Amino acid sequence: MAEKGMTPIVKTITGWIKGLIMIFGIYIVLYGHLTPGGGFAGGVILAMVFVLLTLAYGKEESLRRFRIGVASELDSVGALMFLVIAVLGIAGTLGGRFFINYIAKANPGTPFTLFSSGIIPLCNIAIALKVASSLFMVFILLVLMRVIHGPGERA
Amino acid sequence: MLYALCFLLFMVGLYGVLVKRNLIKIIISLIIMESAVNVFIVMIGYRKNGIAPILNKTMEHQEFIRRTVDPLPQALVLTAIVIGLGVTAMTIAIAMRLYERYGTYDIQEIKRLKG
Amino acid sequence: MQMIPLFVAIPLGAAFFIPMVARKRPRVADTLANLTTLALLLMAISVIGKNGVYWMGGWGPLKHIPLGIDLVLDGVSVFMLITITLISFLVTIYSIQYMDKFTAKARFYALFLLMVAGMNGVALTGDLFNLYVFLEIASIASYALVAFGCEHEELEASFKYLVLGSVGSTLILFGVAMTYAVTGSLNMAQVSAMIGGDLKPIHLFIVALFISGFGLKAALVPFHAWLPDAHPSAPAPISAMLSGVLIKTIGVYAMARVMFNVVGMTPLISYVLMVLGTISMIVGVLLAMGQDDIKRFLAYSSISQVGYVVLAMGIGTRFAIAAGLFHLINHAVFKSLLFLNSGAIEYATGTRDLNKMGGLREKMPVTGTTSFIGSMAIAGIPPFSGFWSKLFIILAAIQAQRYGFATWAAAVSVLTLAAFMRLQRRAFFGEPREASQTAKEVPGTMQASMIGLAVLCIVMGFLWLPQARDTFLMPAARVLQEGLNYASNILGM
Repeated sequence: MAEKGMTPIVKTITGWIKGLIMIFGIYIVLYGHLTPGGGFAGGVILAMVFVLLTLAYGKEESLRRFRIGVASELDSVGALMFLVIAVLGIAGTLGGRFFINYIAKANPGTPFTLFSSGIIPLCNIAIALKVASSLFMVFILLVLMRVIHGPGERA
Repeated sequence: MLYALCFLLFMVGLYGVLVKRNLIKIIISLIIMESAVNVFIVMIGYRKNGIAPILNKTMEHQEFIRRTVDPLPQALVLTAIVIGLGVTAMTIAIAMRLYERYGTYDIQEIKRLKG
Repeated sequence: MQMIPLFVAIPLGAAFFIPMVARKRPRVADTLANLTTLALLLMAISVIGKNGVYWMGGWGPLKHIPLGIDLVLDGVSVFMLITITLISFLVTIYSIQYMDKFTAKARFYALFLLMVAGMNGVALTGDLFNLYVFLEIASIASYALVAFGCEHEELEASFKYLVLGSVGSTLILFGVAMTYAVTGSLNMAQVSAMIGGDLKPIHLFIVALFISGFGLKAALVPFHAWLPDAHPSAPAPISAMLSGVLIKTIGVYAMARVMFNVVGMTPLISYVLMVLGTISMIVGVLLAMGQDDIKRFLAYSSISQVGYVVLAMGIGTRFAIAAGLFHLINHAVFKSLLFLNSGAIEYATGTRDLNKMGGLREKMPVTGTTSFIGSMAIAGIPPFSGFWSKLFIILAAIQAQRYGFATWAAAVSVLTLAAFMRLQRRAFFGEPREASQTAKEVPGTMQASMIGLAVLCIVMGFLWLPQARDTFLMPAARVLQEGLNYASNILGM
């Protein structure tokens, strides 16, 4: 194939829908405490946007948009954010328990509305960051490994 | 009965791990074993004519509790799947590195270490 | 008791923090990692003699029925925490200079601390599924660490380890799922209250799944094939961690916890454990005798020594369990020491082949002396710690009228002595051969860590003195031996 990636049809459609998929992923993350979904599912969908970009345009395009270094940092940030949320609960004024839902304790909110579950949406966001970046990294690193050393080249 | 099928699937995976010589087939067998256990866990929580364990505004609490399937196994399976994903990614990466070094996926030819 | 979750949270946080800030600055990574493990060690020392149950997120039990996930700090947990944090602290000191030859030091520490977090979690958790999750965290980190050098042998060993380890994990997960299917609970205390030592065939099936799963993780003999490949292939500090702590935490400890506290010990289980332990003991030492690779030799001897611990657990009296735990911590110390010694030899001579060494005692006095102490301790020569723990295991077997097992344990002890004399003679005494000509002593932090462990080999013997025993070993043994009281202690029934 002369040019990288798949046919123009695939590229055009990918260009149209990538934003939609991303919005859907963010929706799944933010409404994870009300509807099926949550951080993991949403994160997977977000990672799939970049997987789709890689398939349609080739790996350079997706790496240009989401560099491995950034992904690696985001991965750590997601994990640390989750941990900080959990550890904050130990602080006496907030409730004195690891992982206690201190926001919901202070102001419970109405059930079935967006701001009703305290730290759970925050945790979901952290998980989504972690899952999206690490899943993308897994995918792209396996792709890169294959390309750098072809079969038996360095055997 | 269905539980026995899960066990059978598990055994198929175990057989594959022990007998197959190709790295990729071993990885697939591992995934089969994992899936067998996951299916088993989901099935534990199943109840006939159950509904999804998601409470919404219109539903009565009592009615919900009476009909819903057990949500805990589903949470467990989700966790198990994530762990399985990590292990599988790790296995595939190592298998690819091995292929890069040895130029083969056959475990009979990959043996510098013995006994 | 706010400290309990921090045992998991601190190493986990550090594992993600170190690669963020110290990717290009290895000294920062060293400092952070050592501070983390030091902090963990101090925390572990500060909880000696304390008990507590920690309900995550404040979801405590309602009318004695647990709702949330709990972390349990009791005698055995404290004991395991001390073992894990002590070895990991000394190993991180050793890694400062040893790991300089590898490039990605920050990643190494990240994986290392992830493994520590997983093991601490295993030691503390009071929930079966949580146990599985922590076990997998520790295992996945160790798979990656075995493959850390990315050479032929390492990849191959890691793959073997990964496949067998995953089979083990899957068996454990199956066991956890079966437990949930049978009892409808995953909380260890509640499951224990429900099964209550009354084992029906379905429970025995669960027990079989757990024994084979944890047996794979602990490398007991029918399941040991991965260990002699995986442990030697890892970098030396990791070999020390894997052999010294990992197989004991996620294998022996987890097995003992489930057998004693969750399903309850029966004569059948106890007999199976004793037989498995004895077979491991014998086969491990016999296979070790024929090895020329120093690390492979040590790996086989680990199988043998873990066999002792499992045998003692199987005997099941309080004296036997205390002796088994005593041997567990002793073995953690001297086997880590010996693996670090082998790493030092490899660092100085570039080989692990015993045939190419000889006369290293004069070239490397610190390594030689510490390795001599370690070998004498593992072989069970009187003033050193290994002698006492083996003696007590044998005495416990005699006291429980298991004369056959006692004889085997004594015989294996003699064989171990022979095997380690051979190691000493070929590596450290005699004429220097080609690889040891240019050898010189290893750098300072590596020496410091080895000396620390060698001193511990001697000091550990004093753990059996009444005062130390009553605050440290006996509470641990009591928790296991009292078995099903676990449920009432936690749920307050």
